[in-house]
Amino acid sequence: MIGFLRNLFGKEDDAKRGVSEKGLLLYHSTGEVIRAETLLKEAGVAVAVKGPPPDLRQGCDMVIEFPLLEEMRIRELLEQAGLAPMRVAAAQDHLLEPVSLYHVKDFGDYLMVRAANMKITLDKRDRRIVNVSGGGCPDVPFLAETLVGKVLDQAPEPRSLGRTLCGYSLQLAFEELRRRCPG
Amino acid sequence: MSWLIVGSVPRADFPLVRGDYRLQGDTLILNGEHADEQRIRVARGTPALMAVAAAAAEVLGIPAPQALVAGDVGTGEGSRAVYAHLVDNIDQIDHAGLTFHYLLPDIAWHNQVLWALEARNPAPLLVADAGFMYAAKMSGYAAHYDLFTPDAGEMAFLADEVAPHPFYTRGFLLQEEDRVPELIERAYAEENAARHLLVKGKTDYVVAQGTTVAEISAPDVPAMEPIGGTGDSLTGLVTALLASGMEITQACHTAALTNRHLGHLANPTPAFGVADLLPFLRRALERTLE
Repeated sequence: MIGFLRNLFGKEDDAKRGVSEKGLLLYHSTGEVIRAETLLKEAGVAVAVKGPPPDLRQGCDMVIEFPLLEEMRIRELLEQAGLAPMRVAAAQDHLLEPVSLYHVKDFGDYLMVRAANMKITLDKRDRRIVNVSGGGCPDVPFLAETLVGKVLDQAPEPRSLGRTLCGYSLQLAFEELRRRCPG
Repeated sequence: MSWLIVGSVPRADFPLVRGDYRLQGDTLILNGEHADEQRIRVARGTPALMAVAAAAAEVLGIPAPQALVAGDVGTGEGSRAVYAHLVDNIDQIDHAGLTFHYLLPDIAWHNQVLWALEARNPAPLLVADAGFMYAAKMSGYAAHYDLFTPDAGEMAFLADEVAPHPFYTRGFLLQEEDRVPELIERAYAEENAARHLLVKGKTDYVVAQGTTVAEISAPDVPAMEPIGGTGDSLTGLVTALLASGMEITQACHTAALTNRHLGHLANPTPAFGVADLLPFLRRALERTLE
């Protein structure tokens, strides 16, 4: 048991001393982050959206974590697409992880998926999106009006229209809903 | 009391509007007596808050609040226009209270607005929900507000001193719904809560200076949770009740119970919109006030 605990905490200490092999792409707006993440994922780069360290925060922030070794290729891809980042930085261990668990509620004919502060609800009988709720950024009511009433496969992905962290949360809930209710 | 609702509407082409508005069916009419009249359908967001506040004001026999809104689809353009208008015209903002709603969180603008309002004598009552509540917490000035109206997930955000947004609320705070009392305690310990909280969820909590003074859990209508705009309707109710002169904890309790009666009377499915609930508002509020 003691060996197990030592091993467990030893690993944590090592992790704290380690140097991250990740880099950060910083942008002026969350809308640019969403577009850059989409572009890099489509190009097969292993990227993840994270919360910035406190000294890099501007407001409703997110940054893209990327493998530092691929920086040159990533910069080129982004510059070609007119999405050059405001700044590139080395990641530290105090990056915040976004919420990664989904909460699902089954209302019989309806299924609701929540990711972080956003909820999306589907009518299981015709796969039509019937409601979007939660969130606090001003793209949420706009996204809701765009999505509600549309069949899941024909609805635009929230990432294509959203610009904030709430929009990004909705994208995650949307993807989870699609995974749970395949056509 | 004269009240101002400050927020955004989900349309890119909607201009900045400040003034009176009225509710006609499921449509809001802003600046109805002027050439630049604007109309917007009530679905969710600030228009839902405004609609419920106007309908409740009618039941309470008081004038509807005024509104300061601009179109914003997430670019922040409308939000910045609203922030700038407030700061530039602070001498004309002589309302007894303000309710801030869907605005893009921007700490620099938030601070300018807060400082300008606090310089007024007497300072108005300040209520914050949605994006402006996020900005208020991130700014470190949460305790300067009279009321926040978070849901359980947003309560976890207020309780997490390092989270810049509910999206990044740390994993150890994930089971929010069952841990609201603990989250309330933590938010006050970190000075990330307003003087009063109305935490909406399966159970609604009314909190004054860190002490929970009421818990409301009936009638329970689970289908209200997925309906977009039911949180906005709660904030609209509390806005109208405060504008009627009701004390804050009493207004929170009355609003929470009325929103629950609203769901009970409307008997909604998860496919309802908040506009479908409006016809039941008068009866719901009257039932609470009986």
